[in-house]
Amino acid sequence: MSVTRAEYCVIACAETWRGAGEILASPMGLIPSLGARLARLTFAPDLLLTDGEATLVRPDGTPEGWLPYRQHLALVAGGRRHVMMGASQIDRFGNQNISCVGDWARPRRQLLGVRGATLNTLNNPTSYWVPRHSRRVFVEQVDMVCGVGYDRAARHPDTARYHHIARVVSDLGVFDFATPDHTMRLASLHPGVGVERVREATDFALVVPQDVPYTREPTAKELRLIREVLDPGGARAREVPEAVSG
Amino acid sequence: MSDKTMTADEAVSRLESGMTLGIGGWGSRRKPMALVRALLRSGIGDLTIVSYGGPDVGMLAAAGRIRKLVAGFVTLDSIPLEPHYRAARESGAFELTEVDEGMFLWGLRAAANRLPFLPVRAGIGSDVMRVNPGLRTVTSPYEDGETFVAMPALRLDAALVHVNRADRLGNGQYLGPDPYFDDLFCEAADAAYVSCERIVDTAELTKEAAPQTLLVKRHTVTGVVEAPNGAHFTSCAPDYGRDEGLQKEYASTPWPRFAERFLDGDEQGYQAAVRDWRREQGR
Repeated sequence: MSVTRAEYCVIACAETWRGAGEILASPMGLIPSLGARLARLTFAPDLLLTDGEATLVRPDGTPEGWLPYRQHLALVAGGRRHVMMGASQIDRFGNQNISCVGDWARPRRQLLGVRGATLNTLNNPTSYWVPRHSRRVFVEQVDMVCGVGYDRAARHPDTARYHHIARVVSDLGVFDFATPDHTMRLASLHPGVGVERVREATDFALVVPQDVPYTREPTAKELRLIREVLDPGGARAREVPEAVSG
Repeated sequence: MSDKTMTADEAVSRLESGMTLGIGGWGSRRKPMALVRALLRSGIGDLTIVSYGGPDVGMLAAAGRIRKLVAGFVTLDSIPLEPHYRAARESGAFELTEVDEGMFLWGLRAAANRLPFLPVRAGIGSDVMRVNPGLRTVTSPYEDGETFVAMPALRLDAALVHVNRADRLGNGQYLGPDPYFDDLFCEAADAAYVSCERIVDTAELTKEAAPQTLLVKRHTVTGVVEAPNGAHFTSCAPDYGRDEGLQKEYASTPWPRFAERFLDGDEQGYQAAVRDWRREQGR
């Protein structure tokens, strides 16, 4: 069976925590969760993971610690964490919005709210996961800045001393901010996706290098773990369905 | 020592319109819903609500009782977006102080510690500063010179929380995985009303549970309300999980119809209406 788009997304999310060491991986959403657990089972064995509530668990579910919200928020402030959040909107500098669409005073669409996005982005490495890459998400300007992007962080160099947005993973590819002015760059395409497809689905001018690599292939062991251990029910295909290539 | 037991209606009778109320729990988890239902039965409104928001906020918003909300989010967890909160926001029904979860916690801590504010590395650079023009920053007096948000104390006129067990004096015990911030809500408030699944003798509290489950201390508590199923339909682990069926009904039913069916009577009426609804679903 060939590798599905959802499985490339799991690999791309897992790579977020490569080399992270003994820190908490906080994935939000199914595919980031699969990625974090895959990383923990393979190349990032020191990662800490929660059960989604207040317990730190080993991959087999054995509790190894207690992390209620009060300690979780303290851990964020201490920086020993890499979170992968969702983004209803994100701009070229990585400013993220999960609060509302339209005018904040009377929004067209009320979403979750700012949640912990500012604490996260100012204190620990942050990445984002976007299951459906579109112009509605990758926007010229977000309506309410929740997660702080690079341009705004640059205006507060002391407060933002720990600011680091590592990557954005979407169903089309992987993006980073490894450009001189920290604007978003296409880092890799998921196999089956072309540059034009990404450009069409992005409302701002993306930095596209001369040669864009493809997101790496999963190893046989990783594929087996994803399919037989982490997600035997195949829920990943509901978050990222098989797309028409292009 | 004084017996602080009272009914939910007695607790609510001590509240007044215009007050600032903190509501414990988190999202759709261990919310003091019996106390919120009592609040809905009363005529009290014009409230400032301080909450890690769930259906407590949704119901009070739908019923038009909120003048101002202080929150970082409102969610039903398994249903990410709270429909009644959404509707209220999209119609501009009340004022919102939208702060980060971390800022919110630091604000509760400041209030509990009787400090006017606490510095927190959050908010700065984000639009939280734009939508809260009253927020001030503070610069470290030490050589680092870093600038922080000076998160103002979230002082409360009253706190409403729900725990698993309590004694008659107001010692409250949680038995689930997360204490949330219920102790802090009580410490940050001038008066705190603690509802619980069951009132037990003080000695009973630690018969089978460790002393560190004794989250809420009696010196912070004004009233104790025995309210079995009092967090329903939110979760109250390990006594019960979230009633996903009824939560879905709440989220998908127009508010007047839901309120008429479930909230027109007293607490017993509510629990009976839920039983009837469940029987209907089973058919």
